[in-house]
Amino acid sequence: MAQDSSSTAVSSGVVIRGLRPRGTIWQQVGSLARRKPLGAFGAVVALILIVVALFAPFIATKDPAETNAALVYAPPGSELLLGGDQVGRDVFSRLVYGARVSLYAGLLSAFIGATIGMVVGVTSVHFGGKTDLIIQRIVDTMMAFPALILAIAIMAALGASLNNVVIALSIAFMPSTARVLRSQALTVKEMDYILAARAIGAGHGRIIFRHMIPNCLALYIVLVTVFLGTAIVAEATLSFLGIGVPPDVPSWGGMLNGAAQRYVHLAPWLGVFPGLAIAIVVFAWNLLGDALRDVLDPRLRGTE
Amino acid sequence: MATLLEVRALKTHFFTQAGVVKAVDGVSYDLEEGETLGLVGESGCGKSVSALSIMRLIPDPPGKTVGGEVIFDGQDLLKLPDSQMRRVRGKQISMVFQEPMTSLNPVLSIGRQLTESLELHLGMSKTEARREAVRRLAQVGIPDPERRLKQFPHQFSGGMRQRVMIAMALSCNPKLIIADEPTTALDVTIQAQILELMKHLSREYGVSLIIITHNLGVVARYADRVNIMYAGKIIERGTARDIYRHPSHPYTLGLLHSVPRLDLPRKEKLDPVEGQPPDLMNLPAGCAFRERCRFAIERCAEEIPPLQSVSAGHFSACFASATLVSRAQEHGA
Repeated sequence: MAQDSSSTAVSSGVVIRGLRPRGTIWQQVGSLARRKPLGAFGAVVALILIVVALFAPFIATKDPAETNAALVYAPPGSELLLGGDQVGRDVFSRLVYGARVSLYAGLLSAFIGATIGMVVGVTSVHFGGKTDLIIQRIVDTMMAFPALILAIAIMAALGASLNNVVIALSIAFMPSTARVLRSQALTVKEMDYILAARAIGAGHGRIIFRHMIPNCLALYIVLVTVFLGTAIVAEATLSFLGIGVPPDVPSWGGMLNGAAQRYVHLAPWLGVFPGLAIAIVVFAWNLLGDALRDVLDPRLRGTE
Repeated sequence: MATLLEVRALKTHFFTQAGVVKAVDGVSYDLEEGETLGLVGESGCGKSVSALSIMRLIPDPPGKTVGGEVIFDGQDLLKLPDSQMRRVRGKQISMVFQEPMTSLNPVLSIGRQLTESLELHLGMSKTEARREAVRRLAQVGIPDPERRLKQFPHQFSGGMRQRVMIAMALSCNPKLIIADEPTTALDVTIQAQILELMKHLSREYGVSLIIITHNLGVVARYADRVNIMYAGKIIERGTARDIYRHPSHPYTLGLLHSVPRLDLPRKEKLDPVEGQPPDLMNLPAGCAFRERCRFAIERCAEEIPPLQSVSAGHFSACFASATLVSRAQEHGA
C-alpha cells in the first residue's frame, strides 16, 4: 500500500525510478538504511519494542506482579537485573510488560484516531458547503483544547482503564488529523478523476473510500507514525498522573509515579529505567516518522 | 431515426460573489440516435458547461442549472432524483474528458477503474468484470490487455490513457458518449487515431456522440451536425457541410478564417476573430458578438437575433445571415 501511493503520488521522477531494477527486498532495505540511517535506527528500535511486547512472558525473568519483601529496593545487578521496587517487584520484568501497554495504547489510539479523523476530514470535503462548515466548526471546538487536557478530561469522565486511555487518546488525535487531511482532500477533490468517478455514476461512499481516501494515504501513514510517539508519551503521562492505566497493570508512566518520585535519591533505578525506556522509544518512533515523511510526502521530496 | 436527447432552453448560471455568470443561456438542440454532434466554440463559451449540465455534474455551489429541460430517452434528467441520476451516469450516458493525464486515478490500477462501472451498473462479479475489461481494452487497441490491466496510470502514455478512458466510457454500452475535447491534450497523430477509434466504435454500436471541440477540422471530418456556440448561446446550427460551405454567422466565418491552411501560401497572415469574448457577467444588450462583428447594423444593438432558418436544417442567429449567404454564393461562383 505504502509502496503504491509513494510511487504514484507524484508523476515525474517516479517513472524514472520505476525503470531502475528494484533489487531484492534486502537490497532495498539496505539502500534505505544508507539513505536514512536515523530512520533505520528508529525502525530497529520499533521492531525491538514490538518483539518485546509480543514475547513479554518469555523475555521477562519474573512475574511482574510478584512481590518479595527481601527484594524491596534491591539495587540493580545481583539478583534483579534492573533492581526491585518499593514492594520488591522486578523492575526489568515490569518494563518488559509495560512495553505491551505502551505499544497497545500507542498503536491503537494513533490508528483509530487518525482513521476516524481521516474519514471525517475527507467526508467533510466531499460534501462541502454547509456540511463542511459545520464539521470544521466542531473540529475547531475540539482543537481549542490542548490534546492532553482533552484526554485528561475524557479520562476523568470515563475512569482509569487501558481501553479508556485508547478512547481518550483517539478522540484527542482526531481533530488535527481531520484538519490536516482536509487540506489534502481539498486538492484531491478538484482532480479530474474525481469528476470522472462521478461521471460513471459512483455514489458518495464509493467516491470517498475508493477514490479520495487512497489518494490521501501517504499523509495518513506519516500522521500515524508521528502520533505513535506522541501517544506513548501521552499514555505515560496519563498513567503518571494516576488517571491512565490502573496501578496494578505495569506501565512505564505508572512506574514513574509514587515511590519512584519520593525515593529517587535512594533508589534512582526506579525512575531512571522507565524514563529511559520512554525517551528511547519515543525518540525512535519520531525518527521513523520523520524518515517516512521524507519518503512518502511528495511535497517534501527532493529537499533532502 | 428516433430522437435520443432533447435539450430545451437549458440555462446554467454560476452565482459568484462578483455576480451571476450566465455560462449557458438558453441552449436548445436535438440529437438523433447514432448521430455525432459537434459542439464548437472558443474557450469560455459554455461548451463544457452545457455538457456537464446534461450529466448534472456542475459543481454546486456556485453553479446551478436554473432552467430548461434535458429530455433523454423520454425522461427529463433535470427532474430525476439523485439516486436515479447515478444510474444514468456511466450506464446510459458516459463521458470522456480532456486531460487523459489527470482523469485516471493515479493510485488505482487500470483494471480496478475499468471494472468499476461494470460492477456498479451491470452487477457483474469480479471475474466477469475482469474478462469484460480485457475485452474492452483489446477493443480500443491496447496490446497485451491482460498484463496492462494490472498496471497503473503512470505506466501509460497520454494516447493510451485516452484509449482507456474510451474503454471505460464504452464499458456499459451507453446510448450517448459526451467527449469533452477528447484530443486537445494529445499530439496530432494520436488525435487522429483516437477520433477514428471513437467514430468506428460509435458506428459499430450505434452510440450517439457529442464531441466538444474548438477544432473545426475535427468537426468537419467526424460530426454529422454542428452547433456553434458563442457566449452561452447557440448561434449557428446545421450539418457539417452547411457550416463549411455556407457559414451564415459572422462568428462562424471568423472561426473558419482563423484556421491555418496548408493549401494556401505561407506568407499570408491568419485572419483571427479580433477582440475578446464578452463578459458573461454583464452581457451587452442585443447580439453578444456585435462588438467584434464586421457586419453589425443598428438593429444588432437593440435586440438579440433569434435562431432563424437559413435553409432546411440550417439555422443562424444573425440579422445579416441573408447577406452572408448570398456573399458566400458569389464567392463560390
